[in-house]
Amino acid sequence: MHEYTIVQALIDRVAEAARGYDAPRVTEVRVRIGELAGVETALLRKAYDVFRERTLCRDAPLVIESAAARWACPRCHRDVAAAGVLRCARCDRPAILVEGGEIVLERVAMEVQ
Amino acid sequence: MCETCGCSESERRFVEVEVHESILAANERQAAHNREHFQAARTLAINLMGSPGSGKTALLEATAAALGGRRSIAAMSGDLATDRDAERLRAAGIPAVAITTGSACHLDAEMVHDALHQQLWASRGTRTGSYEPAELLFIENIGNLVCPAVFDLGQSSNVVALAVTEGEDKPLKYPVMFQRADLVVLTKTDLLPYLDGVSVAGVRLNLEQVAPAATLLPLSAKTGAGIGAWIAWLETQRRAGGIESAAARLHDAR
Repeated sequence: MHEYTIVQALIDRVAEAARGYDAPRVTEVRVRIGELAGVETALLRKAYDVFRERTLCRDAPLVIESAAARWACPRCHRDVAAAGVLRCARCDRPAILVEGGEIVLERVAMEVQ
Repeated sequence: MCETCGCSESERRFVEVEVHESILAANERQAAHNREHFQAARTLAINLMGSPGSGKTALLEATAAALGGRRSIAAMSGDLATDRDAERLRAAGIPAVAITTGSACHLDAEMVHDALHQQLWASRGTRTGSYEPAELLFIENIGNLVCPAVFDLGQSSNVVALAVTEGEDKPLKYPVMFQRADLVVLTKTDLLPYLDGVSVAGVRLNLEQVAPAATLLPLSAKTGAGIGAWIAWLETQRRAGGIESAAARLHDAR
């Protein structure tokens, strides 16, 4: 359940952003979570609902964008299909993950005075 | 002012702030700081992950025996409760400290930093009167194939221990953990003759579907088979000054 740790870090970061604008209230939190980030979005949502009470995020819905895993050849940079052995058929190189590992705070909407 | 109810709705203003930053940025900054420590001390730091019972502690005991003092080793060992692993490591001649996390399911960069300064390096300094960091530092993570994968500790390399008794489909079931591995150590290979449906080739095929760049190294801490190759791998990492780690690759991908 490291999702709790992630939500704690998320709320801290949102609070930091809100302080910069002296905002009394956050109205939306938008994050992007990669398919291979190791974060279960249902658990993240549950953890967020537990933690947001008594924080600036109490009225802010959490919007989660998902990012699919994308693999590519490190040599020719062509995409490698994410099924079966992850190896570039042309260059015979193991593919690298270029997208889908991210745990990112994208945007915070807030009310300002 | 709002004409319907007299509230000050019209005076409310909203802004959208673009952040585009890793949610774990604070941990990543701490990990970068740890990495500077390790580089300055010329310490190869290995984040050793794997299930409970996958043979992480036995691997370190066998490592100490195989090195026979040719390299200085230290370890920190994470567990929810007890310092049994750290005790085992100390009995094997490895200066080791326990990081007891209570209920936390993973180590983070701050725990590692605290363990370095408050325990490992500090206690060595007190005992020997001079501070000399180890050439190899093993950070034995909490036994767990999920959570530890998410947190960068500042390590040079990620090593995942997988015991043959866990079955050859573990990489497919826990792709995130294996995707982060620079090296997968397949442990307890002395038990292979007693297991149906588990082979090194089978593990390799599954690994190539989730972590194509990871190296697979079969070994047995009990018989010593493969330990030589493991020591050679560590030496290669040391010479390379720590390979471009899975964590760094992931960071680039973000």
